[in-house]
Amino acid sequence: MADEKSDQKKYAKPLPRIDEENRPWWEALKRHELYIQKCRDCGDLRYYPRALCTNCLSPRTEWLRCGGKARVYTFTATMQNQAPGFREALPYIMAYVELDEGLKVLTNLVECKPDEVKIGMPVEAVFEDATPAVTLLKFRPAR
Amino acid sequence: MSLSRKTALAGVYEHPARFAPNKSMFQIMAESVRGALDDAGLKIQDVDGLCTTGMGMSGMGIVGFCDYLNLTPNFVDSTSIGGSSFVAQTAHAAAAIAAGLCNIAVVVYGSTAASQRFAIGTGGAGLGGGDPCDQYEAPFGPTTVGAYAMMARRHMHEYGTTSEQLAEIAVTMRLHASMNPAAKYRDPITVEDVMASRIISSPLHLLDCCIISDGGGALVVTSAERARDLKHKPAYILGCGETVRHPARGRRDFMEMAAAQSGRLAFERAGVIPADIDMAMIYDSFTITVMMTLENLGFCKRGEGGAFVSGGRLRYDGALPINTDGGGLSSNHPGMRGIFLVIEAVKQLRGECGPRQVKDCELALCHGTGGALGTRHSGATLVLANQ
Ligand SMILES: [Zn+2]
Repeated sequence: MADEKSDQKKYAKPLPRIDEENRPWWEALKRHELYIQKCRDCGDLRYYPRALCTNCLSPRTEWLRCGGKARVYTFTATMQNQAPGFREALPYIMAYVELDEGLKVLTNLVECKPDEVKIGMPVEAVFEDATPAVTLLKFRPAR
Repeated sequence: MSLSRKTALAGVYEHPARFAPNKSMFQIMAESVRGALDDAGLKIQDVDGLCTTGMGMSGMGIVGFCDYLNLTPNFVDSTSIGGSSFVAQTAHAAAAIAAGLCNIAVVVYGSTAASQRFAIGTGGAGLGGGDPCDQYEAPFGPTTVGAYAMMARRHMHEYGTTSEQLAEIAVTMRLHASMNPAAKYRDPITVEDVMASRIISSPLHLLDCCIISDGGGALVVTSAERARDLKHKPAYILGCGETVRHPARGRRDFMEMAAAQSGRLAFERAGVIPADIDMAMIYDSFTITVMMTLENLGFCKRGEGGAFVSGGRLRYDGALPINTDGGGLSSNHPGMRGIFLVIEAVKQLRGECGPRQVKDCELALCHGTGGALGTRHSGATLVLANQ
């Protein structure tokens, strides 16, 4: 825990709070793997991770490995944000991408400039090790 | 059981303050309550229902405000669903009165957002709470304006909407503000001015965004019968609706808003259709909010918003006048604007709006959007009539 605190000092942007409900998601990202939840009873896929299926309320969940391929659903280049960590990173691209598995995920597009981004453009997952404890799921133009 | 015409708005008051560094939030709220009661011809002792919430308030702020005014009401509602809260609270007050839970309810709001220097749209932390959903958003730097900007970008992609069409909305709101002495920004602007203003979050420009002001307001809800004995002609509540939208476990069609559902409910309950509406107050946090809300309420088809807002249709003298007070884009936006939607609609129904008065205004609609279109938002719709 002491480590997490000192990480947070160096890393100015907000970090997620990892708990028992979401730990498998964050641990997979730390291994640079992407897993989404699938209900074992009705098969419904869901993002973000949660303890129950929203369709049938079943707690029986499996984790489905995803390829990390997606398309840009929409995006914005943020020119103004006064929050620490982000004001130094302007402009940055916030986007929804739609995974090939059909789920929309809020993320940042990286390794590209705002004027290179188009809706529908294929992108791929990149795993950004923000701190030793937290890896974030971001996307870049598919190679 | 139908609510239609059982209750009415009997008093309204918009606080004139746009920058009030010497006043507390509760003082602005209390002055607003006094204004609305004076307008109705009622006393503080008549109030037995109280509805409020606010960004600057604690979770139990309504109890603190009752303390401030020494109130012990029989009905309280602190529904907190963003800027639309006061539209929803008006409906809740009406339902409570129709059910006999109270007789005279006041809905009140006050804020010192401008003098306290809240970065309402670009604070970053504005969307970074501690709920489970926030853990998957806050790390990526979502701002309120960014969440709306993503919707504007998608709308442009799906329907060919242009920045110039969005700018038309800002230009119309400023024209209306020029006719409202209390509005914060009153100098006319052009589409070119909007296009030339700096990008805050692409594709939205500075002038596509609501302003930040202090302010407050209050309204009095009572039974139709009681309202007919008071000072002004009542504005009857015909119908209401409310709901929420969110990413829907990753499956949402983001061009569909809460307004589609709350609007349908309100129209059905009021027994009217969009074409019957004489003027509408549409929450204008950003220009895109207005365009998508008009589509989702059914004033035009989805994707036709760009053409619909052009050609002066939304002007006070156009086919569907919108936000005749100048809206959040030009008059005032203290963080949560819902109450002003209802106040201006009531003034229009009474015929009190002077140079910006809509001709033969008998049926008005208010729609509040709270939160962020691109993540989670609420929608609350009210249909009001003067007979
Ligand atoms: Zn299920």
